[in-house]
Amino acid sequence: MSRIVGIDLGTTNSLVAYVEGGIPKVIPDAEGRVLLPSIVAFTPAGVVVGEAARRQLARNAARTIYSVKRLMGRGYEDVRDELGHFPFEVVPSAEVVRIKVGDREVTPPEVSAHVLRALKARAEAFFGEPVEQAVVTVPAYFNDAQRQATKDAGRIAGLDVLRIVNEPTAASLAYGLGRLSEGIIVVYDLGGGTFDVSILRVHDGIFEVLATNGNTHLGGDDFDRVMVEWLLADVKAAHGADLASDPEAMQELRLAAEAAKCRLSFDERTTLTIPFEAFTYRREIARTDLEGLIGPLVESTLGPCRRALADAGLDRAGVDEVVLVGGSTRIPLVRRRVQEVFGREPHSRLNPDEVVALGAAVQAQILAGGITDMLLLDVTPLSLGIETLGGIVSVLISRNTTIPTMAKEAFTTSVDGQTTVDMHVLQGERELARDNRSLARFDLAGIDPMPAGMPKIEVTFLIDANGILQVKASELRTGKAAAIEVKPTYGLTEAEVGQMVEDSFTHAEADVNARLLIETRNEADTVMTHVERALNQGAQLADAEELAGIKAALERLREARDGGDRDVIRERTTDLNRATERLAEAMMDQALKGALGSKRAAEIMEQP
Amino acid sequence: MSDYFAVFELPRKLQLDEEGLRRRFYELSRRHHPDFHQLAGEDEQAASLADSALINRAYRALRDPLARVEYLVALEGGQENSAPAKPAVPRNLLMEMMEVQEALEEAKGAGLDEAALERLRVERGRLLDRRAATEAAIVAHGAEWDAAVDQGADRAPLLTWFKEALATRAYLRTVIDDLSQALGEDQDAHVSHRRH
Repeated sequence: MSRIVGIDLGTTNSLVAYVEGGIPKVIPDAEGRVLLPSIVAFTPAGVVVGEAARRQLARNAARTIYSVKRLMGRGYEDVRDELGHFPFEVVPSAEVVRIKVGDREVTPPEVSAHVLRALKARAEAFFGEPVEQAVVTVPAYFNDAQRQATKDAGRIAGLDVLRIVNEPTAASLAYGLGRLSEGIIVVYDLGGGTFDVSILRVHDGIFEVLATNGNTHLGGDDFDRVMVEWLLADVKAAHGADLASDPEAMQELRLAAEAAKCRLSFDERTTLTIPFEAFTYRREIARTDLEGLIGPLVESTLGPCRRALADAGLDRAGVDEVVLVGGSTRIPLVRRRVQEVFGREPHSRLNPDEVVALGAAVQAQILAGGITDMLLLDVTPLSLGIETLGGIVSVLISRNTTIPTMAKEAFTTSVDGQTTVDMHVLQGERELARDNRSLARFDLAGIDPMPAGMPKIEVTFLIDANGILQVKASELRTGKAAAIEVKPTYGLTEAEVGQMVEDSFTHAEADVNARLLIETRNEADTVMTHVERALNQGAQLADAEELAGIKAALERLREARDGGDRDVIRERTTDLNRATERLAEAMMDQALKGALGSKRAAEIMEQP
Repeated sequence: MSDYFAVFELPRKLQLDEEGLRRRFYELSRRHHPDFHQLAGEDEQAASLADSALINRAYRALRDPLARVEYLVALEGGQENSAPAKPAVPRNLLMEMMEVQEALEEAKGAGLDEAALERLRVERGRLLDRRAATEAAIVAHGAEWDAAVDQGADRAPLLTWFKEALATRAYLRTVIDDLSQALGEDQDAHVSHRRH
């Protein structure tokens, strides 16, 4: 049984965690950092992820993808309004979002896969063994398409995603290890790009979610955005410069706004300084300024809180504990408003950046059989239905139904001899199909030709423990399974995912090759620099023939260096090293002579 | 149609210990939830998924007293699948509601000034009270049903009474939603009248 890790695939940062000795722990990288910025830069030399990619944000804005979680499982039309805020280009299409990076187009699951792959590599380096299975968290309010996209990302990254877990409930599991009282718990989770609120009943190791609500497009990113808009106007007033059309300046502004926002959680005032080329922009901001800007956004999280309470059949007096999760809950205004809504002081005793990953690790341990006394009973956040005559939705599974769950519906034909029936499956709370999220169209094929209304096809809609829909159909009279063709509205088809898995191997190889080539070139550059310095300083220590040999080897390496053949570069680097061996030793002897008298370098080296 | 009462080894009665039902739900979940069958073979995993889905549906149908009556009526009526046929709305209610609908149309036509809004609010308050009374009556009839089960008496008249009461409730709910919508207060209620 291989190890199962827990992964928090966040809008801003991602983490990987595991359970050791009954205690969940986050896994650091080689430098000891636990947060991996969810940023992927497509550079000419290859793909870089995390901190290295963050440094590309301003320099390589058009090819550095951040906050891609906001685009997961969505269509171009859904995200159109916010595309203006991204410096990278999204290609208009009728289906899944595609991002243009250079001459190539990538989908959000592929970008997320790069982040997952980096976390996988981090875990593998940590354990010294392959890691192939993971529990990955998603916002509780993610719909089927967004969940499926996350699962696809795992597959592309070479990870078997055993379970998709909702972030707030994962957090409750992390708290559940002896840190949570029994009773009604509210988890308020405001992250970089998403907001969730979940209400649970915790009793004797069972974590039963009663209701969940949220907004998958609301978080710290939006706070940054309103700040940037405000700063943009301020820069214009103070310096007469319009930075809106300069993507690099916009990135600088965004990063500075984000940093100032974070400081204002602890300080009443802060000064923001950005050295632009033409001028240096300096602005003092008070916490009250920030609160004025983000106030309406914070307010918009309170409606979902009240709706979740109502759906759980509770009023605020019934709430025993309020837990805060997600980096944006460090903002004092958020804490104040949450306290006012629930009439109870919220707490975040576990690090709000890490708690979701820790909970994912706990769930991983439950699946591995390592924890048997805890069980999470989660719900589906959105009602599931099918389109009926006149574009009306008939609900089959209501929101906040405990998962797994299933519903059956009988279909028949309306025309004599009809052999196919199609169904349009939707998610959402609205009456009309067009106002809900279209998940997929299913074609039931291979129905025997019969008079209209005669065939009886029973379709089973099953939402599994991941919150993902599975559809099965059978012809009731024959008991024969009916063939279903699935056309996901905003998702990748099975074939597309398969292709991406394959591509990822090819690209992974290309990416590794690119990195190795760069490393080989770097080494060649170092050797050439040293040799050039030696020729300047120690030429008198070599005879003409030796000097000619060194110069020829140097020239040969210089020629190979810009070529793409790593082996040739390495070979000629070795040649150059060998050609200068004697000269290097002679130079060292001379240097030591100056310091130590006449002893040869070799003798000195031999001394203990 | 699966007998959800049987899932919890309960007789088909309406008055039940909700705390006990929850305890039993947790016990069954511990036994059948897919989380605890992750390492098993494909067949066992599929079975745990199906069992778990059935347990969850059953708990949802039985935990709420009104949902329990709705389910019982469907079960005793021997209806396939989840869509209960709608019995006719009682005539006197229909007449009365037509007046409310008229008032609603009038109010809309007049552009909903403060007086019209106030009239709609009063009307809605009256209907909310009436719905609450209907629901209380449905729950109260549970005792009669259980007694009939214990005595082996004819339950058909009670079943008919339940069907009519549920139809009245469903109808009231629709009208209340319409009123709320006209009052611009339907944000939270837009799914409330749909089938669960």
